[in-house]
Amino acid sequence: MDESPRQLIARQREAEPRYRGLESGHRACQGCGEALAARLVTEVAGGDVVVANATGCLEVFTTPWPQSAWRMPWMHSLFENAAAIASDIEAALRHQQRPTKVLAFGGDGGTFDIGFQALSGMLEREHDVLYVCYDNEAYMNTGIQRSSSTPHAAMTTTSPPGRERMGKRHLKKDLLSIIGAHHIPYAASASVAYPRDLQRKVRRALEISGPTFLLVHSPCPLGWGHGGERTIEVGRLAVQTGLFPLVEIERGAVTAVMPLRVPRPVSEYLALQGRFRHLFADEPRAREELEHLQALADHNIAVYGLLGGAPDALDADGADTVRRGGAVA
Amino acid sequence: MPQALEGSAAVARAVALCRPGVIAAYPITPQTHIVENISRLVADGELDTELVSVESEFSAASVVLGAAAAGSRAYTASSSQGILLMMEVLYNIAGLRVPLVMTCANRAVGAPISIWNDQQDSMAARDAGWVQLYCVDNQQAVDTTVQAFRIAEQTELPVMVCIDGFTLTHTMEMLALPTQAQVDRYLPPFRFARALDPASPRSLGMLVTPEWFSELRHAHHAALGRAAEVVERADRDWHKLTRRSAGGLIESFGDPDAPYAVLTIGSVGGTFAAALAECPPASPTRLLRLRCYRPFPLAALHEACRGVRELIVVERALSPGQGGIIGTEVRAAFAGMRGAPRVHNVALGLGGRDVPMETLGRLVAAARARRLPPFSIFDLQPERLPAEER
Amino acid sequence: MLEIRIHGRGGQGNVVAAYLLADAASRARRHCQAFPAFGAERRGAPVTAFVRIARRPILRRDAVKTPGFLIVQDATLLHEPDLAAGLLPGGGILVNTTLDAGEIRRRHGLEVVALPASALAERHLGRRLPNVALLGAFLALTRLLPTRALSEAIAARFATKNPEQNIALATAAAACVAAGAWKEKADAAGA
Repeated sequence: MDESPRQLIARQREAEPRYRGLESGHRACQGCGEALAARLVTEVAGGDVVVANATGCLEVFTTPWPQSAWRMPWMHSLFENAAAIASDIEAALRHQQRPTKVLAFGGDGGTFDIGFQALSGMLEREHDVLYVCYDNEAYMNTGIQRSSSTPHAAMTTTSPPGRERMGKRHLKKDLLSIIGAHHIPYAASASVAYPRDLQRKVRRALEISGPTFLLVHSPCPLGWGHGGERTIEVGRLAVQTGLFPLVEIERGAVTAVMPLRVPRPVSEYLALQGRFRHLFADEPRAREELEHLQALADHNIAVYGLLGGAPDALDADGADTVRRGGAVA
Repeated sequence: MPQALEGSAAVARAVALCRPGVIAAYPITPQTHIVENISRLVADGELDTELVSVESEFSAASVVLGAAAAGSRAYTASSSQGILLMMEVLYNIAGLRVPLVMTCANRAVGAPISIWNDQQDSMAARDAGWVQLYCVDNQQAVDTTVQAFRIAEQTELPVMVCIDGFTLTHTMEMLALPTQAQVDRYLPPFRFARALDPASPRSLGMLVTPEWFSELRHAHHAALGRAAEVVERADRDWHKLTRRSAGGLIESFGDPDAPYAVLTIGSVGGTFAAALAECPPASPTRLLRLRCYRPFPLAALHEACRGVRELIVVERALSPGQGGIIGTEVRAAFAGMRGAPRVHNVALGLGGRDVPMETLGRLVAAARARRLPPFSIFDLQPERLPAEER
Repeated sequence: MLEIRIHGRGGQGNVVAAYLLADAASRARRHCQAFPAFGAERRGAPVTAFVRIARRPILRRDAVKTPGFLIVQDATLLHEPDLAAGLLPGGGILVNTTLDAGEIRRRHGLEVVALPASALAERHLGRRLPNVALLGAFLALTRLLPTRALSEAIAARFATKNPEQNIALATAAAACVAAGAWKEKADAAGA
């Protein structure tokens, strides 16, 4: 029996658990946080989507001509226009009355910096697009240059520490608040280190008709200077220290946060990464910057109320004991 | 004292020697190493400049425009897509007659996206009204960078120094850096007569009505025309100071009476110079290396081509639907002249394709056998395309 | 002119090896040229870099297609079918491996000099970065440049890191190979 397009789509979305939008065999580095995050996002999104991808690592390592790792219609145009391309794919599909969902993918350079204008326009015009920013906090594709997402004091090739400088002089741009200020239906931060949370947020965003935005923290072993086997550990610590809070924003208001049971000191997170190595030198400038970064984490914890929430038997985060045979009172 | 330096590191050091007040850049392959090297000099306090790491090439070009208009020596660097994103500003900088210097690390323009070298990017900026100088090697890149500031400041025109991406930017080779004293002697402190200054308020960027527009365009065109002499003098004076020429307007090599000539632009001129010595074409050939593409050095071209019967113009870009860009201009340069050479035009080395040394001999042989059409992509393998696209 | 191709994996310091060798040549009054095979390869992917060394200025900028020597930083690359493509007849291959040369001849049909460069680096630097050890051994095999030239290049590049340990590593690696075994091959290239 012939399936109608709608039935086909419904069946494809049902088949989601066995769907992989980004296939293996691509050319990412070992331990690439962005590759894993994109796989997690596309697993949930299913095959009935069109993707507009900004220039960046994700574009380069997935599509060396004539090969492609994508199982979904995918288009790369330029660095700065992914949101505009997505807007107009969405407009065309709307005109054709097709229910296909549109995704836009960009890195932090393509989202925080060069593509920001197009993104703001897309949100303001209320295009039905989920924009996913894979945030690895620098221009990794061109070899680790600072972006406006690079954390304060981090070393990149254009913010090197030296006799006069201690890494990046400026702060990480608070993009999520700016996105929130567009009063779109849904914006959230997520981390590749919390895959269930990330996938829940993708699902949530895709259920909404209108512009939605996900900022996915995606460690880069090469750019951050940690072993490829530590991607998840590093990503988790970013959340657990409060440096990368996981929050959900609806129509401009914070509606949910992932609470921190036991906040970890930022030094635990920073010490794992070569990009912060200079902060552990025995000198006053280094100590000052470490304190500065701790203050930024403390600020996030206070502003988003990350310490809230009653104890939860099903929340193992921060609990260092596996209790067998039930709780012993 | 010659030393082994990567092209990008050498260009960064040359820029630093020129004491720029403001540098703005946005990362793009293969320009990044230049800016990374500058960043290290700044982080170590070896270069006192305002380094602005902007959020797009559009802003990079705008920042240096603003900086130069405010009276600071300014520098930026880009490539490929970045040059195209800057394009509106590039026209603006030149039209406002604001002197500054940019390095273009030459790279193909997408789509299809390619990070590899050709010269489609700077050719796209051909008509923006900049001085454009192309380098054969990293020594020329260093020397031309210093000269570029002097040319810009004497002509009140922006100068684009074009160096082949990867082929020069990522190649380590022997070169000599000038000393700070030499550069200081050559390049007086920056002074822009029309700088924004509350003590003598001026307006820059005014709306020009049809009554004036043509005159201002003529003034810009004429300024570029006069710049050829400034480019030549800048190189002559540099030679007096350092005993090195960076190539003047056009360099000529090989048999000066040869009936065959090959005109190149950029680093291919190095490979072909090696070919002249190691595997010369069967017919006597001279090699002409075009350094100054804008202004177009008409008189120097005529002089360099005296006695040439067959002229092969080799370029690393094209105007699809038309053919070669430089080749077309060279044909026009000889149009109607008695005894003009027959002009053959090829594009090659597109998107980073290797140009082997033997290419020179093959080109001359093909021209001699009348096998070169008016324009073609020389190193093409059409059988790899579907039949309908050949 | 002598041409050398260096094979490695992204992240192993392949380009650094090429630049170090070229810089060392420059310090021995040679002309040199070093460049990577320009690519968009990520960490772990096979990469190559090239060095040209000559007594006269090097003008050509085309690809190195017929190298006289290969330096292979990662023994897993011996499985690459085109590894030795273009290698001049009689050319030498220096490989970072713990296997002996006979074993590699049997497995891969290649005549090589074997050096446990990663293990040496681990001992001297605490990191398995094979490039400096391979260069030390290469210069010992070919006697192309005086030891001092490489030491100076190392000192300049690793000025703020650990030049002494790297120089010691190069010296130790040089002692692991038959000094001068490739001298005739190298001299034949006139570099």
